[in-house]
Amino acid sequence: MANLPLDGIRVIDLCVVWAGPFATLLLGDLGAEVIKPENPFLMQPMTRGTIARPSKELAARLPPAAGGYPNNDPGPRPWNYNPTFVQLYRNKKSFSVDLTRPEGMDIFARLVAKSDVVIENNATETMEKLGITYEWLKSLNDDIIMVRIPAYGSNGPYAQARALGVHLESVMGHTLLRGYRDLDPSYNRAIFSGDYLAGAQAALAVMMAVWHRNATGRGQLIELGQAENASAMLAQAFMDFTLNGREQERLGNRSIYGEAPCGVYPCLSSGTAEECGDRWIAITVTDDDEWKALCGVMGDPAWAADPSLAKVDGRAAQQDLLDAQIAAWTASFDDYDLFHRLQAAGVPAAPVLEGSRVLDDPHVVARRIYQPQTMHGGVGTFRFLTPFYRFPESPSTVRQPPVAMGEHNEYVYREVIGVTDEEYERLRAAGHISMDFDPSIP
Amino acid sequence: MTGPISDVTVLDLTNHITGPYATKLLGDFGANVIKVERPGGDLARRLGPFLDDQKHPERSGTFFFFNTNKRSIVIDLEREEGRSVLGRLMDRADVVVESFRPGVLDDLGVGWDFVHARKPSLPLVSISNFGQESPYRDYKGSELVLYGFAGEMYSMGVAEREPVKMYGTAALVQSGAAAATAIFGAVMVGRMQGVGQHVDFSIADSHLCGADRRHVSPIAFEFSGRRTPRAPAEARAVLAGVYPCQDGFVEFSAAGLRIDRLAAMLGNPDWLADPKWFRQAAFLDPDLAAEFEGHFYAWLMDHSKREIWSRARGARVLCGPLFTTEEIFEDPHFRDRGFWVTANHAEMGAVEMPGRPFIMGDTPWELRRPAPLLAEHTLEILEEAGYTDVEIRALVASGAVEAR
Repeated sequence: MANLPLDGIRVIDLCVVWAGPFATLLLGDLGAEVIKPENPFLMQPMTRGTIARPSKELAARLPPAAGGYPNNDPGPRPWNYNPTFVQLYRNKKSFSVDLTRPEGMDIFARLVAKSDVVIENNATETMEKLGITYEWLKSLNDDIIMVRIPAYGSNGPYAQARALGVHLESVMGHTLLRGYRDLDPSYNRAIFSGDYLAGAQAALAVMMAVWHRNATGRGQLIELGQAENASAMLAQAFMDFTLNGREQERLGNRSIYGEAPCGVYPCLSSGTAEECGDRWIAITVTDDDEWKALCGVMGDPAWAADPSLAKVDGRAAQQDLLDAQIAAWTASFDDYDLFHRLQAAGVPAAPVLEGSRVLDDPHVVARRIYQPQTMHGGVGTFRFLTPFYRFPESPSTVRQPPVAMGEHNEYVYREVIGVTDEEYERLRAAGHISMDFDPSIP
Repeated sequence: MTGPISDVTVLDLTNHITGPYATKLLGDFGANVIKVERPGGDLARRLGPFLDDQKHPERSGTFFFFNTNKRSIVIDLEREEGRSVLGRLMDRADVVVESFRPGVLDDLGVGWDFVHARKPSLPLVSISNFGQESPYRDYKGSELVLYGFAGEMYSMGVAEREPVKMYGTAALVQSGAAAATAIFGAVMVGRMQGVGQHVDFSIADSHLCGADRRHVSPIAFEFSGRRTPRAPAEARAVLAGVYPCQDGFVEFSAAGLRIDRLAAMLGNPDWLADPKWFRQAAFLDPDLAAEFEGHFYAWLMDHSKREIWSRARGARVLCGPLFTTEEIFEDPHFRDRGFWVTANHAEMGAVEMPGRPFIMGDTPWELRRPAPLLAEHTLEILEEAGYTDVEIRALVASGAVEAR
């Protein structure tokens, strides 16, 4: 057996929303000790919800992502289990401190001196207003690694522009390139694909910087501009433009490579889309053999025997016909039943899983992807995500269930920073040390 | 200065998108990536867009983007001598990465048992659709199939229509970045602790566990029993989403809405001075929402997306214009920051393309070489592995390797 790759590395997590917290989630899963400083006098936008203490009635009116609290009860500390963020709190520690006061910054500085990495993805100037710059961190800890994840980068005309992932998708071209072929892009709903990509790559950047520091003794400043980072997801569109001067068109669910059929087709539904009863199967036929296999599963219907459909170019030219015929055929099948039939014949297919169905899928169960965790505060035991890393010799496990704000105050203040009893009491009395947001927070 | 991991060698047997993107990231930051291609080459060489739309294995834009900073050797793993060459390359590698269907590498006789017997500290990372152990282990995947199953596709789009995916191969690219962390994690354990292991990376799992909304809807249901549907087309909060303007579209956000900032963006018009707009949750009143949108649409149609974004930036309003690919290529911000790079390629000439994914101050990203021609580096890689000229000629003559 072996230790996890980042065992012994301490990471200070100043992150918000998804990109940064996903990076630190992966670092924690890989063995780093991730410590989140949280301010009980300031609800950082998009870290633990937007409203500190929503009523039951308000929670019920919010969409499930924002208001779907355990047992539909926000409870006394709703910020500890907001569905939009709670799955990013695994394998992290939390302590509370008010960084807007000098004694809070003193505590932070003492933590920096004992840490390896500081990572942040706040709105521009947030760190500067607090005085947390790379130069300052380096003065406290010469080989510190700092990762900044700004929207557009630290220089250039858009350096100060505020953005969520969805705005970066628009600027980089994703929003024009995705969505229904026959509807304008105003029908597109927000996606946040850049948060995943930037988060994973920020974690990679930290790992490589640790590797480099081990070899040279030098830390460094890393800047991940999220807009630039997202370009890899649009690679083929950029390459088409640079090679051929072509602006690609929106293709909906069709393949950019002309693989056909490639679409999402209706299956037997248990209800309407509004009540999440609609069922769909995704099918991609990537070559001519798979087309033959699909025809076989369909019972070799006469329309599919048209020789012009035998080759990919012919199918690509007749996608409207293919989609209509296949949709008429799939509509009478259960989605899982059809999934297994198609895959058994060698046709790439899968149900488009509505979120609630994920938890009981045979693959998810067999690989133990969701496992029961007991949350802090007696809220109950629920199935949460586990790390996706499968390292048999250095297993990535859940060392800490989703962390409550301030859950590690004792550990961080006393054991890591080493404050005296007198200091601890003084900081507690001044409100720095708490497991609750201040009552003044709405 | 060189990349941070220039002392790491990656033996890369992967194909298509996910594996090659993972190893590209490592290569771009200095790793010595040896791309082992089958005779005929990576499947991605058959994927467009092709230069001048001419289908040719050295003209694929997909292959080009995902394989910079790698060297190519062609080995026929169906042949005993080919497998022997692979073993020699393993001796000098820090990690082996593969993306065959589960079981194929074992059937070839160069799976985990072979790797581990050859060099106990050498990790093998297997990238597959559903993992090496799963009821769906042998099932096929695609961008659409994997994202539909494991990503949050179900709630993307509108209730009146089918769920709709992201662009191109975005989900497979995301998984590639996640896979890079698994690969490098295995390298760290192998090199720092001398322990090799067989890492099972499932593309599906990396989406089930990823931060692309799929981490939200299942836990919201587990907590509350509430499901996350696609919303009807007309059900949209004020500012939440894409709006038309004079020359295209702009995206706003209802999150973090501040009426004072909005007013500043709109030039503090008289109509927006009325205190009714400043009441809490004013936009939840359908009459006020309709009145606002009436004014707002008129203003949008009077302004270009660049004007709107410029005013939004000045007022610190969340906003982004919907740029075309050409507009991004020409945009001064990304030009000023030196984002674009040009690679010179024997078949494709000078190709301008997106550059670094992030900036490491002490160990910069470098485009050291374009994507390799098929078998471009077979001879030099064999020489580095200690083969003599006579041995190399014999390997080429037998068909165990191909050179150019």
